[in-house]
Amino acid sequence: MVPLSYYLVLSGILFACGVTGFLIKRNIITIFMSIELMLNGVNLSFVAFAAQWHALRGQIFVFFVMIVAAAEAAVGLGIIIAVYRTRETLNVDRVNLLKL
Amino acid sequence: MTPNLHLWLIPVLLLIGATINGFFGRRFSRQTVSAIALGFSGAGFAMALWIAAQFSSLIVPHVETLAPWIRVGDFQVDFAFYLDPLSLVMLLVVTGVGFLIHIYSVGYMWEEGGFYRFFSYINLFMFFMLTLVLASNYLLMFIGWEGVGLASYLLIGFWFTKDSAASAGKKAFIVNRIGDFGFLIALFLLIKHFGSLNFAQVFESVAPLSPEIAGAGLLTSIALLLMVGAAGKSAQLPLYVWLPDAMEGPTPVSALIHAATMVTAGVYMVSRSHVIFERAPMALSVVAIIGTLTALFAATIGVCQTDIKKVLAYSTISQLGYMFMACGVAAFSAGIFHLMTHAFFKGLLFLAAGSVIHAVGGEQDMRRMGGLRHHIPWTFWTMTAATFAIAGFPPFAGFFSKDEILWRVYSSPYGSWVYWLLGVFTAFLTSFYMFRLWFLTFFGEYRGEAQGHGDDHMHVVGGLQPGASTSHGSEHGHGGIHESPKIMLVPLVILAVLSVCGGWVGSARFDKFLSPALHNAVPASGSGQAVPLEEQKEQGDTETLLTGISVLAAASGLFLAWFLYQRRPQLPQEIAQALGGFYQTVLHKYYVDELYAAFFVKPLIDGSTRLLWHGVDRDMIDATLDNSAEGANHVSDAMRHMQSGNLRSYAGWIAAGAAVVIAYMIWMGTQ
Repeated sequence: MVPLSYYLVLSGILFACGVTGFLIKRNIITIFMSIELMLNGVNLSFVAFAAQWHALRGQIFVFFVMIVAAAEAAVGLGIIIAVYRTRETLNVDRVNLLKL
Repeated sequence: MTPNLHLWLIPVLLLIGATINGFFGRRFSRQTVSAIALGFSGAGFAMALWIAAQFSSLIVPHVETLAPWIRVGDFQVDFAFYLDPLSLVMLLVVTGVGFLIHIYSVGYMWEEGGFYRFFSYINLFMFFMLTLVLASNYLLMFIGWEGVGLASYLLIGFWFTKDSAASAGKKAFIVNRIGDFGFLIALFLLIKHFGSLNFAQVFESVAPLSPEIAGAGLLTSIALLLMVGAAGKSAQLPLYVWLPDAMEGPTPVSALIHAATMVTAGVYMVSRSHVIFERAPMALSVVAIIGTLTALFAATIGVCQTDIKKVLAYSTISQLGYMFMACGVAAFSAGIFHLMTHAFFKGLLFLAAGSVIHAVGGEQDMRRMGGLRHHIPWTFWTMTAATFAIAGFPPFAGFFSKDEILWRVYSSPYGSWVYWLLGVFTAFLTSFYMFRLWFLTFFGEYRGEAQGHGDDHMHVVGGLQPGASTSHGSEHGHGGIHESPKIMLVPLVILAVLSVCGGWVGSARFDKFLSPALHNAVPASGSGQAVPLEEQKEQGDTETLLTGISVLAAASGLFLAWFLYQRRPQLPQEIAQALGGFYQTVLHKYYVDELYAAFFVKPLIDGSTRLLWHGVDRDMIDATLDNSAEGANHVSDAMRHMQSGNLRSYAGWIAAGAAVVIAYMIWMGTQ
């Protein structure tokens, strides 16, 4: 059996990748994908713990996360399309009208 | 069953007059305003006379309680009024002289702006003064005491657009505060130790106490603190400095408030508290010494003054000194007697001086008067009566009262020949400076500007007081030297009659009349009671001798004034030059104002400026506020840049925050 720590390390790596991608990428679609990556990193740790402790709550949580992520993807992509239509760019650094 | 005299009505009548004129006077004509003011003050005087007529059938002291005021446990203070011979004398003087001065003011102020304001204030003054003299407890007296101070402030600063008048008002008010502080502490001591402020109860508790002959105790402290209050209100050393400046007010105000009535409130208060003072011999000596020194000190200053009102002001201080001298040797009735005659002749002197100033178009400098007796005969003759009265020539009023004081300071068990000597010397000075004024004003050649050019001069005077409060001078500049209207002369004549005859009642009868209020409850020691016949005769001889000496002093003052200012008008200047520095010192009023400015006013202003304003207010309070606001500004200015609108920087902040939280939790977990 694969020890719990392996899963957790992998989950951490996935999450860190997500954070890094979120911070350094300018393309809004890539940022969006990084968010998915972070969510899935967390999901992995949930299911790993659920398997370890034989508790179903973690797995149920993962379902919730996936459903919310799907909804979020729908809304998010809608926003991205709207942004692209008005600004003709997907670079987040140029979407800064709210700046002081 | 004593009849209800409704004593409260007298002050309230004046208050009604003040209120009507104060609130609605602006819309009334001058006739209406003066009718209201005269009506109510005349009603007050009439009522005082009515009370005086019934007085013999009353049981004194007659106390009437109008309404309860403060009731805390056993301590109680009521709106109650107290009538005894002492307050009756004060009542008659205040309403009588006050009413006459009201009449005079109608003529004097007729051309002035703020006519209604003047009469409202002066009625208000009468209201407070009557509250003061009729109060049956120290607290109500204190209300009147403060109230007359307020009215005095308002009236000194009547021409408030003139800077000197406004600051004179302030000075009077502030110097009086110092005295009131002492008065107030005395009241606190009375409450603490006797649990009451009612005259009847306080005196009842004090009466059984024995005099504090050795050393000082409670009664001495109370008496001394009361004296501090009296010195402030009655312009005694060292708090007299406000009174000369108070001459900035209109002349009727100087006559009523700063000569006849308000400034004598201190004498009244000391006499009212005689039960306390008699049991504190040390305080009595202090009163006598202050009185004597003030009398002498002010008289010497009066000799050198050239402003006609300033001479009278210093003369007032000096005469008040006499009254305190009398109080200080426990001869309270002599002090009150002098208070009464002084109210007549000094009120008259001021009114006559006002008439002179009126006649020469606002000029107050005696060096620019002279030879006026033919132009203004009525003023001249009335002023002559007053001058002889204050100088102490028999049979004028001042002779009787001043002589009584001088005799008492010599013969009283508390007295001493030193007081007497200084008193006689002061009498000589008084006579000298008064006749100096008389000669300079009414005799010789007119030294003012030629009458044809009078108008130019008047406008210069008027120009000092712009706006509605035009000076007296500019209004009366027309037509050269002229006698005042009848409405001003009538009060002069009445007061002149009183100045001549006011003393004929005699000090002995006056003393007897006042005795129910001022009876000496201290067991007699020394002279006074049960003096053998021979000794009485001897005393009589001494008294005659002393009277002769004081009349001689007055006569020599007259002679010297005549010699210096009539016979050899050049001589005074030569003497002044010969005296040099000393003359300069006296001319500058001994530099007392400068001294006070250097020792009290300047340190106070500097201290307030440097420590309180710059140090505390600006550098601490303001600085705290300013710096915290500034700091908030800086911090938010720095924080503002976080709000970059840059999505990735937000995300960075979130990640950093999350990292911090996680690090913290890990750290907590490892603990």
